[in-house]
Amino acid sequence: MPEGALEIDRVSKRYGDVVALDEMSLTVHGGEMLGFVGSNGAGKTTTMRIALGVLAADSGEVRYDGAPVDRTTRSRIGYMPEERGLYPKMKVSEQLQYLGELHGLPRADAVRSANRWTERLGLAERREDQLQKLSLGNQQRVQLAAALVHDPSVLILDEPFSGLDPVAVEVMSTVLREMRDQGVPVVFSSHQLELVQRLCDRVGIVRRGSMVADGTVEELRSSGPTRLTVHAPEAPADWAEGLPGVTVESRENGRTALRLDDTADDQRVLRAALATGPVHEFSRERPSLTELFRDVVTEETDE
Amino acid sequence: MKPTLHTVWLVARRELRARVRTRAFLLGTLFMALLVLALPVVMSFAISSAGDDGSGPLTPSEETTRIGVTPSAAGLTGPLERDAGVDEPAIAVREVADTETGKTLVHEGELDGVVAGTPTAPKLFVEQHVFPHLERALTTITYNNQLDAEMSESGLEPEAVRDRAGQGEVAIISMGSSPDAAGEPMAGTPGAEKAQRLFIAMISTFLLYMFLIMTGQMIAQGVVEEKSSRVVEVLLSTIRSTELMAGKIVGIGLTGLIQLAVLGIVGLGAATGAAVLTLPTFTVAGLLGWAALWFLLGFTLYATMLAAASSLVSRQEDLQSVITPVIMLLIVPFVVGVSVLPNNPDGTVGTVLSMIPGFSPMLMPMRLALGGVPLWQGVLSVLLSLAASAVVLWLGGRIYSNAVLRTGARVRFKDALRAS
Repeated sequence: MPEGALEIDRVSKRYGDVVALDEMSLTVHGGEMLGFVGSNGAGKTTTMRIALGVLAADSGEVRYDGAPVDRTTRSRIGYMPEERGLYPKMKVSEQLQYLGELHGLPRADAVRSANRWTERLGLAERREDQLQKLSLGNQQRVQLAAALVHDPSVLILDEPFSGLDPVAVEVMSTVLREMRDQGVPVVFSSHQLELVQRLCDRVGIVRRGSMVADGTVEELRSSGPTRLTVHAPEAPADWAEGLPGVTVESRENGRTALRLDDTADDQRVLRAALATGPVHEFSRERPSLTELFRDVVTEETDE
Repeated sequence: MKPTLHTVWLVARRELRARVRTRAFLLGTLFMALLVLALPVVMSFAISSAGDDGSGPLTPSEETTRIGVTPSAAGLTGPLERDAGVDEPAIAVREVADTETGKTLVHEGELDGVVAGTPTAPKLFVEQHVFPHLERALTTITYNNQLDAEMSESGLEPEAVRDRAGQGEVAIISMGSSPDAAGEPMAGTPGAEKAQRLFIAMISTFLLYMFLIMTGQMIAQGVVEEKSSRVVEVLLSTIRSTELMAGKIVGIGLTGLIQLAVLGIVGLGAATGAAVLTLPTFTVAGLLGWAALWFLLGFTLYATMLAAASSLVSRQEDLQSVITPVIMLLIVPFVVGVSVLPNNPDGTVGTVLSMIPGFSPMLMPMRLALGGVPLWQGVLSVLLSLAASAVVLWLGGRIYSNAVLRTGARVRFKDALRAS
């Protein structure tokens, strides 16, 4: 039962002379989890705030289920801001009930839902405590409950995993997967790329306010530059120099790490290696998300 | 699907609960209620020292003083019964056969004293008690009798002399009232009522001032608390910033109004119970109603300005610098109010200032309590204040919406007004 998709369509935003977003576009389908990565200041938080209507875009449109997001659809979104935000002196249960009611739940439903989520996230004992009396990890769980208490149709989470201990990361991951499996489009930003690679169906890499790469993890990894590791113990130091499209990244104990761009021919590399003597290893590696991301960041600093 | 009013009410209810249920609120209200209970004492001092009706210190009303008069002193009976002072114990006079009979009755406790001798040279026999009022009355009467006797001997007619002497008058001209002031001019109100009105005026102005400062601080801290804890971002993802601001102002305003009402009722009860407040209940209720209305008008104005000002900063430490100018707008009218108005409530300065929004929430309730405010002035100042509130709400809402999500450094006033 896939639900509607969340579409962010060519959204731009400037602060004076600073371009925060430049025609940012992304789509998350129902039942899909999208990891939103990019260096600090790339525009992730701004994009999310605009999707929530907390900020107004200069141009572009945010749609849910094909229709522009308005106040009614907005209250169907569950949101977890990057800098956690709840009332420090309010009791956990009252806080969640209040947020549920603000999102349009009748009082009784809000109470029920607050109880259900505190139970589910292991906070049942702390319901009547003030938020500030909880540990940071537990406060994060309350924050997650706050995003879920009104049974949202879309989840937008800004850095939900930052600062969580491994147990809490597992709880959070499980809940997010469940929501996705119920057909909810889930977007979250993170700097923990291994986690994104493990959890997400799709990844969007954002740089300087635009989406520079968007696809499944597999697609992205196969689209990046190819890396070869060649173990040819008798080869001279400069054996790979001059091969078209090939860059030597490192050389150690007869092992050479090569980076091949689109014009390079790996069979030609293999022949060159064999010409030096025996080749014990010739392996092709696809880049991890971390490496892809690093490439993006490197390009950024090159410019 | 989510009506604005309902959302505003949800926010207001949270504010109200978060504040009213705290120990600080309960203890604070209790403390202030105790202070208010002590007011009647203060008030009786204030009124007796301010009152110029010659009543002197209030002596507790004792039982009637019972006096016997011997036939030789019978001429004193009439004047004694007549001359007992208004606030003093009454004197009951009865005739006794002779001095000895009277003394016996005094011994037995039937009488408090016996007057014997003659009208010009009376003798007062008492057991042990001293009755100052009785002595005063006797002395005055004796003095007059002696005077009459001397005048008759000199060939004057005492009655005629007294009539002529009574024709001298003191002309009292009130300088304060403007020619067009209708209603109940202060010049016409008796001293005690004037003192009571002044007292109510001072107290209600002081209470208004205190509550506006207190609730204003709550607003300012509440706004910054939401900003510094970033909860505002979660809230604004589902409700409008204007709804949040309005709910906050309504909730904290109700908190203040509840406290004000509790203190008002306690204070009135205490003052009425101790019989210091003798103004008609209707008048007092009217004055309190005006005070409540002006609390609301003043609160809307100042709370909006404070909410907007506080939204410019993200930390409690930075708060003082942005709210001080607004607080000054509260302090100046208060100082002007208590220093200018009581002496000259209908002067031009007071009249004009009490109409100007910003000054009116402090000055108008005070003028109203003092009395003598034409209806049109009261209505006009309310309308002007409402108009000013509308402008401030519009501007304040704009500043608040623009600034409340911008954390970090203080947002410049100009940027907050302009940017979207």
